[in-house]
Amino acid sequence: MGLTGIQIYKLLPQTNCKECGDPTCLAFAMKLAAGKAELDKCPYVSEESKAKLSEASAPPIRDVTLGQGDAAWKVGGETVKYRHEKTFVNPTAIVVALSNEQSADDVDTQLKYLNEQSFERVGKILAPNWAFLWDQKKDQASFLDLVKKVGGATEKGIIVSSEDVATLKAAAEALKGKKFAIHPVTKDNADDLIAFAKEVGAVPVAQGDTLEDLAAVGEKIVAAGLKEALLDTGWKGIRETVTANIAIRRAALDKKFRPLGFPTIAFPCAMTQDVELQATYAALLIDKYAGAVVVSTLDPAVTYPLLVNRLNIYTDPQRPMTMDQGIYEINNPGPDSPVIVTTNFALTYFVVSAEVEASRVPTWLLIMDTEGMSVLTAWSAGKFVADAIAPFVKKSGITEKVNHRKLIIPGYVAQISGELQEELGEGWEVVIGTREAADIPKFLKDYVGQ
Amino acid sequence: MAFEFPKDKYNGKIVEVTIGAGDKARTVGGETAMPLCNFEGEFPNRPLVAMEVYDKAEVCETWAPACKEPFADVMGDAVAWAKKCVEEFGAEAICLQLASTDPNGMNTPAEEAAELAKKVAEAIPVPLIVWGCENDEKDAETLAKVAEVCAGMNLVIGPAKEGNYKKIGGAAIGYDHVVVQQTPIDVNMAKQLNILLNNLGVPMTKILMDPQMGALGYGIEYCYTVMERDRLTGLKQGDEKMQSPLILDVGKYTWKTKEASVSVDEEPAWGEAKVRGVLWETVSAVDVLAAGADILILRHPDSVRILKKIIDELMA
Ligand code: SF4
Repeated sequence: MGLTGIQIYKLLPQTNCKECGDPTCLAFAMKLAAGKAELDKCPYVSEESKAKLSEASAPPIRDVTLGQGDAAWKVGGETVKYRHEKTFVNPTAIVVALSNEQSADDVDTQLKYLNEQSFERVGKILAPNWAFLWDQKKDQASFLDLVKKVGGATEKGIIVSSEDVATLKAAAEALKGKKFAIHPVTKDNADDLIAFAKEVGAVPVAQGDTLEDLAAVGEKIVAAGLKEALLDTGWKGIRETVTANIAIRRAALDKKFRPLGFPTIAFPCAMTQDVELQATYAALLIDKYAGAVVVSTLDPAVTYPLLVNRLNIYTDPQRPMTMDQGIYEINNPGPDSPVIVTTNFALTYFVVSAEVEASRVPTWLLIMDTEGMSVLTAWSAGKFVADAIAPFVKKSGITEKVNHRKLIIPGYVAQISGELQEELGEGWEVVIGTREAADIPKFLKDYVGQ
Repeated sequence: MAFEFPKDKYNGKIVEVTIGAGDKARTVGGETAMPLCNFEGEFPNRPLVAMEVYDKAEVCETWAPACKEPFADVMGDAVAWAKKCVEEFGAEAICLQLASTDPNGMNTPAEEAAELAKKVAEAIPVPLIVWGCENDEKDAETLAKVAEVCAGMNLVIGPAKEGNYKKIGGAAIGYDHVVVQQTPIDVNMAKQLNILLNNLGVPMTKILMDPQMGALGYGIEYCYTVMERDRLTGLKQGDEKMQSPLILDVGKYTWKTKEASVSVDEEPAWGEAKVRGVLWETVSAVDVLAAGADILILRHPDSVRILKKIIDELMA
């Protein structure tokens, strides 16, 4: 809660009736300020005070959802500046820019990517999220055609953008029933467009060339009682945009500055036409707090690295660094392919799987649950030892996938090979692998070459 | 509307480390604020973009076509390769990867590797970084020899790890070079190794820190966050043992991933191989740049072009 105990006390009845369970209103106010009590324990607090208190307890950065049903995507709601302080929570929306200057073929290609593209990684589906429709031609008829076409083709989030307020309102009409956003809401059109956004249930995207201008629009959005908005810091270079994102995150979190307490949207698509440079800008903006990044293409060569970057940066750093126990297939293994066993420490997995991949040798990787311990730690803790590994390997299901009974173990636990051999029993052969992951490619190539 | 930009305060400064000698010398470090926060601190030196050069053509056999193509005429001739990187691709430093010294591979003798390092160092107008094969024992032998043969050239040699820092650190002091120390993604271990190197007599002005690269999709978030924590420890807490400039071996780790190197025929849904590979490298590079990298070691010329442009813009 943003208010101090004294500030809250001023909003309470100050009758010390004790019904909340506390001896005085001040004592209750102190508890509220510390987040240790709920306001509804006091039956006498006025509606007006309630509104003020709930505003003060709103999250420092609001969240924003665009799109419908399963296709909806939420951004914002962040509470930290560095991942390790807690975690980043709602991953940056990847947005494609489409305009009425583009050919119909181009629009179709991008729309198909937006609707159908997805990549699977560590059990998660990664996909682009929203479309930014831009009246680049300043022509209402062709813009409405674009809006209707995209609106009719996708349930994903849509932002409509035109400098002409009448065009924007007509576009909003065409998107009735959807959760969409309107852009740009500037200091010149704010009063009109904020009222309109409120009326039709659209999310306003505030735009300002300076943070002062942006905050002025943000203040009006807050005053209108709108809970959702996006902030566009103007179509400038990468340095200005990154700096603005840092300033906004700090203002919202450190100063509880409401007018800038919304997720941002950044436009790498307006910074350069060089696709590789543009995507690299987008990656930097994902790192540095953008709620949404708008790019000019969803070509998979561009979106795949961006989506993986988003996945990595938004991974909870406080979760134990573990992989799920099980069989991991690398380079499409078959019945003759080698079998390697190691622990479920995420870094062990990443390093080993990267090297096995680099070797191009089809391989089965058995990841055993060692509570996230690395090979040596797990061995000394008695978790990665013969009488634990043997039953895991046998029960893993690998014996149904391969026609041999050879098991490669990490070089660091060479000393358990004899015992493991015994535990596994007749027919099994334990092979000592490398100590360092970097030596795996050579080892595997030699191994299958024999 | 009145808006005040909330500025952060710091209590430390990253050490300035000069690499290379004479006309070739460049300085990195010196920052007094978190990365990208030029509005509240000094950034006297721009991050350097170094390019990889490999000692033998054989160790590059498995490279993606996109990485072989730009170097097809110079692979196998490290001197020509290094010159091409500087003259054509704008490399601001060269990292000679002594991959062929690996005892599990070609096992090139230390003397031969050291002679090659000297030839490359003499041929280029920029600083030289000499990277071992990441076998502790062999690197200790090779890098000590490199240090001796290249005495006084103020090269960067590494990585020195817990298992071999004494020999590599000792050689660096003896023959006046800068040492890269590497620990596996851990603030305390990084600090401990700096203390050990200091105790050995290596001053902070001769140390670069490698927090251990993890590629995009292969643990880069751990690397990213440990770098931020390294920097906060050095700058906010003012911990003098954590104020070393950071160096990241980006190219090698990113290009060995399947995502960067596999052809579009094998993975049609992943898009064109060259663009995807370059982006795998530039996204990984810009991540570590955002987390505080002072030297980026890259492989592809397009990645170098992109990162140099971004650094120009961020430092402008
Ligand atoms: S119930 Fe309300 S009015 Fe009564 S003491 Fe508690 S805070 Fe004060």
